[in-house]
Order: sequence, then C-alpha cells, then structure tokens
Amino acid sequence: MADKILMKGNEAIAAAAIKAGCMHYFGYPITPQTEIAAYMAKVMPKIGGTFLQAESEIAAINMVYGVASAGKRVMTSSSSPGVSLKGEGLSYLAGSDLPALIVNVQRGGPGLGGIQPSQSDYFQSTRGGGHGDYHMIVLAPASVQEMAELTVKGFELADTYRMTAMILADGTMGQMMEPVSIDDLEVKPAPEKPWATTGTKMAREHNIVNSLSLVPEELEELNFKRYDRYKVVEENETMYEEYMVDDADIVIAAFGIAARVSKNAVDEARKLGIKVGLIRPITLWPFPKAPFKKAAEHAKAFLSVELNMGQMIEDVQLAIESKCPVTLCNRAGGMIPDPEQVLNAIKEINGGIA
Amino acid sequence: MTYKRLTILCGHYGSGKTNIAVNMALDLAAQRDNVAVADLDIVNPYFRSKDSEAEFKEHGIRLICSDFASSNVDLPSMPADLYSITDDKSLSVILDIGGDDRGAYALGRLRDAIRNEDDYEMLMVVNKFRPLTPDAPSTIEVMREIEWACGIPFTGIINNSNLAFETSADDVLKSAAYAGEVSRLSGLPLVLTTVEDRLYDELKDKISPLFRLKLQAKPV
Repeated sequence: MADKILMKGNEAIAAAAIKAGCMHYFGYPITPQTEIAAYMAKVMPKIGGTFLQAESEIAAINMVYGVASAGKRVMTSSSSPGVSLKGEGLSYLAGSDLPALIVNVQRGGPGLGGIQPSQSDYFQSTRGGGHGDYHMIVLAPASVQEMAELTVKGFELADTYRMTAMILADGTMGQMMEPVSIDDLEVKPAPEKPWATTGTKMAREHNIVNSLSLVPEELEELNFKRYDRYKVVEENETMYEEYMVDDADIVIAAFGIAARVSKNAVDEARKLGIKVGLIRPITLWPFPKAPFKKAAEHAKAFLSVELNMGQMIEDVQLAIESKCPVTLCNRAGGMIPDPEQVLNAIKEINGGIA
Repeated sequence: MTYKRLTILCGHYGSGKTNIAVNMALDLAAQRDNVAVADLDIVNPYFRSKDSEAEFKEHGIRLICSDFASSNVDLPSMPADLYSITDDKSLSVILDIGGDDRGAYALGRLRDAIRNEDDYEMLMVVNKFRPLTPDAPSTIEVMREIEWACGIPFTGIINNSNLAFETSADDVLKSAAYAGEVSRLSGLPLVLTTVEDRLYDELKDKISPLFRLKLQAKPV
C-alpha cells in the first residue's frame, strides 16, 4: 500500500480529481470549499492542466460546459449560494447530456447564510438543481478518504451515463483533516466519447452539443430517452452502507457527517440494549430505496438525522411507503447534532414503541 | 523550551501551526507573566487559536485577535490591538500566522518593528505528510514564498510531521531525515520536534528536543 498523507477533505477532492484525469478546473472562491481552488491553482500549472478563477460562478459552470463538450474530464466546485448561481448551467449540461463533476461543500442557508456546515441543499441537488426534467448523480462522502474515492467514482459515472455528478459534502467534510491514500485510488480508463466536438477532420459528420430543441415532439422523445437512462442508473448504481440494521427495531437514516455522529449514537444505544441500526445512503440520487424497504419489514420506527429542517426524511418515507413512523432529529443553520442529541431521540422513540 | 519575546509560527496550510501556538502559549504562561497569543490568520476562518479562548483565559493568556474570527463574518481582518504585539515590550507573544504566503502577507505589516527589535524567532512548521510538502525541496519553496510575502527571514524549523490520530512513533522517527534535509538545505537549525501526547513517552528518549502537544481537535 502506498504511503498515506494528511489532507483536508477539500484537498482530497482536488487531488483525486487530478488522479482521475481531470486536467481542467474552473471555479470561484467561496468558503468552505476554497481549498479546492487553492490546490488546483498550485498544482494544475505544474502538470500542464488548466486552473482558471472565473469572473463568476456562472462563467465557471459555462466553462465546464465547454470542456465537457470537447469530451474532457472537467470539474467546478462551490458552496451553497454559489451552486444556486450555477443552476442554469447545471440544467444546460443535463439538457445537452454532458458529463461533468460538480462539487458542493454546503454551508448554512438560505440566502448568503453562514460559513458553518449544513446539509440543506439535499432537495436542490437530488431534484436536479436547475429547471426542467432531469437528475444529477449525487454522492455523499462521510470521510476524507471517501471524498477522494467518490470524486473518482463521480467522474466514471458521469462519463458512463453522460450525466453531471455532484459531490454533496458539507463544511465539516471539506475542512476536516484525515489520513488518506490518493496513490492507491483505482481509476478506470475513460470511455470513448464519439459525440464530443473534437473537430471532424473532414472524416465524419459534425457533432452538435446543444440544449435547444425547436420541435416539441423531438424534445419530448429526448426527455423520455433520458429518463430511460436514469432508470438504468437507479437500477445499477445505488450505494449505501448498513450498520447493525439486521435486527434493528429503530433504523437511523443519515448521510455525510450526520452519519458519523449517528454511528456513535447507535453504539451508545446498543450498550443500553436498544436495537438500533443505521443506513447511510452514499448515493442520494439515486436514493437507495431497497435497503430501507427491507428494513421496514422488521423495524418499528425510523429516525432521519439531518443538518437541515428535514429533507431526506421525505425520501425515507417514500422508500418505506410510510409503513412506520419516521421522526426527524436535526440541527440547522450551520450547527451539528451531537451523539447525545441523537441518543435522546432514540430513547424517546424507544419509549414509544416498547 | 526557552522563548524570545516574539515567537512567530508560519508554514504551509494545515502544517499544525495553531495546535503548536496554543501549546506553546500554555508552556510559556507557565514560565512568565504577560503572555499573549496573536491569531493573525486572515486566510482560514476555521480551527483558529481563537477557538481556545476559554483555556487562554483560565491561564491568564491574552488573546489578540480579530473580533470576527470564528464567526460567520468571513472577513480577512486584523485585530484592533495589533500594534500591542510590537509596541508593548512587556508582552511575550506567540504569533499564529495564516498558511502559506497568502497568510504571511498579514505579518508583513509588522516587519520593520519586528526586525528592528530583533528579539524574535521566526519558525517554519513542517509536516512531511502534507500533500504539497512531501520532501525538502517543496518545503523550501513554501518557506521562500512565505519569507518573500512577509519580509522576515526564518530562524528555525519545527518538525511537526504527523498523520493526525494515525501517527505512529515510527512515522515521527522516520520524518527526522526529512526535517534534517530541510534544515541542511535552508541552513537553519531544527529547533523542535513536536508530537501529540500519546506518543510523547515512547519518543522522549529518542528525539531531542521534543515538545508535547495536547491536541485541540478530536476525531468524530
């Protein structure tokens, strides 16, 4: 095994992106993701890549559109308010079926909000982020190592399905430092992109990358075809982690930093003899419905632990078809629940179902 | 450890400056009165000396810090009482400077006063396990950038090579060759090696001088 290094989550994303063959980065500084841009600014010029600090978030996402059209791996990163600004570009990328990686290191909102960690862009990202019918693949890391691994995975999924993939992290994940191995990351070769606008060399028809459609019948067909592709993603690409779910009466749903906090609470509750488990969705879209549905066969209650006012809880309710009650345990505005708060929520539910 | 009136800690992002600053301040406060920590980080709004404010208060350590540090006001600003550092000669100050050349620009404002008084140590904190300073030449490059930004030459090196909670005693011992090379190439002495609490006893007879760090951040 290669030697480990000590990295911030943001740096791990940048290093993993380069390892995945991303040689083009466009961004705009915003706390708490600025280390991604800072890392790219230092490293890209040394390896012949592109680092460009754009004049705005909107410019950055449209530069991503340009490079993606040419078939190269490309990424941008921002934090919540900045991702809202990119919304139009995200929709255009989807409408043109372009692969790209977008990183959102979330901060408290709405509006300009604050710079402390949050998960309140769950709705925005899992429902596409911009206008129109479309999805992004949304990946939620829970460690610095996973920040790196899911960055590579994101590029691969984006290329395979001609979709945008988003790393949905939070300020804690971006800022925390952990030992990580970048050299050991496995990167599959990028697939052929016969649709890319790389010059015809007078040997083929022109490739056109475009999201404008003049004939409604054709636009409808395009939408249906796109959703056939999304269905394949839903069937094949869900990722999740289960922790002590098999015999659980209470099942926690939590992703990212909330899952780490919840795991501690599960351990504490088990010591008290309460049968609690945890399902940590790693893909937020596609949402891993199957493990929730299966857990609902024996669980008496679910608990959604989130750094927002209750967003993923709706997907949990849908996944278990409202078979049993789902309670919310949350903090918002940049605050993080501690294991004790989660444990108290577990105890309260346990009192109700015992 | 013995201290000059001003101990300035600079280095690459995430090299461990703040942890060392907090621990040095506590160490210094055990030796002298009138100790202050100056949190001059204008780059990173998180994990700052300011986070240890309560502990400083308990030990009678003064905190010189922007009012906006560790708040939602993400504003690179200097403390109102900045010039106490150079004007009040009764103070002994540990200066915690922001990472890289970007962070060191803030220190440049005090350059002339610090160099004229000439009662300071300017220490480069290094960690070979950080991605952009894995060897001596890359570390020297960051050193030169910092000196260029603040106009104050380094006087020594602190080896803080670590992998956070995964650090082994062996990792620290092996990093000595790296720190030695940084020292040789820069012509500056290796002033200290720092290790966290749990490794101190194992290493105290093997490395000298060794400085014990009580860590400020804990794993989740």
